[in-house]
Amino acid sequence: MAEESKNVTFFEKLGTLDRRWIFLMIALAVIIPLIMKYTTSIPTSPLVQRLFDKTEDLPPGSKILMSFDYGPSTAPENQPMADAFTRHAFEKGHRVYLMALWPTGARQSLQLIDELINVEFPEKGYGTDYIHLGYKAGNQGLINTLLSDFTAMYTTDIEGTSIDEFPMMEGIRTLRDFDLILGLGSGFPGTKEWVQFAGDPGDIPVGGGTTAVMAPLLYPYYPKQMVGFLGGLQGAAEYEYALIQAYPEYMQKSRLASTSMGPQVTAHLVIVAFIIIGNITFLVERSRRKRY
Amino acid sequence: MKRTIPLMITFIVGISLILAIFIPHDPFHGLDSNFSIFYDVIAVFAFILGGGNLLKVHLRKIQDKRLDWKYSIVTVSGFGLMLGAGLLKIGVDGGWSGDYQGAGGLFNYLYDAAFQPLQATMFSLLAFFVASASYRAFRAKTREATILLVAAFIILIRPTPLGYYLTFWLPKPLQFLHIPNLSTWVLSVPNMAGQRAIMIGIALGIVSTSLRLILGIERSYLGSEGKG
Repeated sequence: MAEESKNVTFFEKLGTLDRRWIFLMIALAVIIPLIMKYTTSIPTSPLVQRLFDKTEDLPPGSKILMSFDYGPSTAPENQPMADAFTRHAFEKGHRVYLMALWPTGARQSLQLIDELINVEFPEKGYGTDYIHLGYKAGNQGLINTLLSDFTAMYTTDIEGTSIDEFPMMEGIRTLRDFDLILGLGSGFPGTKEWVQFAGDPGDIPVGGGTTAVMAPLLYPYYPKQMVGFLGGLQGAAEYEYALIQAYPEYMQKSRLASTSMGPQVTAHLVIVAFIIIGNITFLVERSRRKRY
Repeated sequence: MKRTIPLMITFIVGISLILAIFIPHDPFHGLDSNFSIFYDVIAVFAFILGGGNLLKVHLRKIQDKRLDWKYSIVTVSGFGLMLGAGLLKIGVDGGWSGDYQGAGGLFNYLYDAAFQPLQATMFSLLAFFVASASYRAFRAKTREATILLVAAFIILIRPTPLGYYLTFWLPKPLQFLHIPNLSTWVLSVPNMAGQRAIMIGIALGIVSTSLRLILGIERSYLGSEGKG
């Protein structure tokens, strides 16, 4: 009897565990894999593979519009997507057009230029292989306008230079002139709006990349209205995996998402462990209450 | 008059946009994109309105010394500092002719040194609260809660090695129970069905609300002028 009451006390204590212990465990689950540089490779799911194949199958020189619709808060999830996709696009010799529906998105695309394009692809020319069109206000209204007249809204690039001076802007009149749109987003306006206001009415292939919490919202659009999409950091890691499988030379360079997946996987395991502990204590408590 | 003119504008614009979709010929053809440009222009002015409103609300709070008014000082100061740094191009190479986001500028510095880490920190804190909430909320108290618990468990465990090793040994006829396959099923069948139902419901709601607005039945957007 004394042993039983001791157990009950233990489970009771466990059931009302101070949340600071949970915070501590999560902090350790993130910090230790970061220090140990624990990485994990996630095999590519069909959802991501289809977007990869679409980019792969486009003829060299195809025009890809990348919209940065997120800010620094979700950059750890979205930026590795942009990195992996840009590497792939340049590897295939595509032309990349950068723009943003979010004011903070323009800064994220500048980061892509500074930290990836200028470092890994210095041979790529501004205005010939890639261009930064910057941010414009208007949300889905902007997409609607771009669908019928791209140059009505974008007369200059981010630096204020007329777009007529850039060879890669020749022939761009509407969104329909792009071969693929990639909406990288973390909210409104974002990937969903690119599907609803550009992909669907303009019959333009749209791919996407969103935070993990937003990914379930995009499933209704796949596979008919979306080529494919990357869901959270895991989606980015899957794209990296596909890229490395096709181009092993990126084994060392394209590892940002895979490296970041280590802490995420460990944190998931800790959460799962807590859920199991929580349910054991709940069931023990319930059976005890029934008994007495 | 204050009510009639806005109601007329709403009716004409609403009907024109509906006609532009269903009759893609002149004179309706192109109305959609023209109105979109108006919308983009209005969206730009909304920034001024938004900034003005933020100042009005927080300055009044500071003046009246309402609850947590000290936080409003931080808000107003931050707003003023970023706005000033950007508008005046403080420290930017090339002065007035330079880019407000240019190297060496105060705006750039504040964005990288304050805004970026603050946003990242706020978002990162979610991990701690999600873990704590999961511990307390995901309990098999009822049948519905158990279904939610199982679905969450499958999705959470999917990217982990445990998700693979727990079920990889299952024979071929039972491969649908393999965690990665189950996770894909949860997302692409029950999740998609639920999402579609929500989306269709929202769309129907938008249609009915839009019709009420266009026909002048719903007038709350006119504020106090819309009463009566």
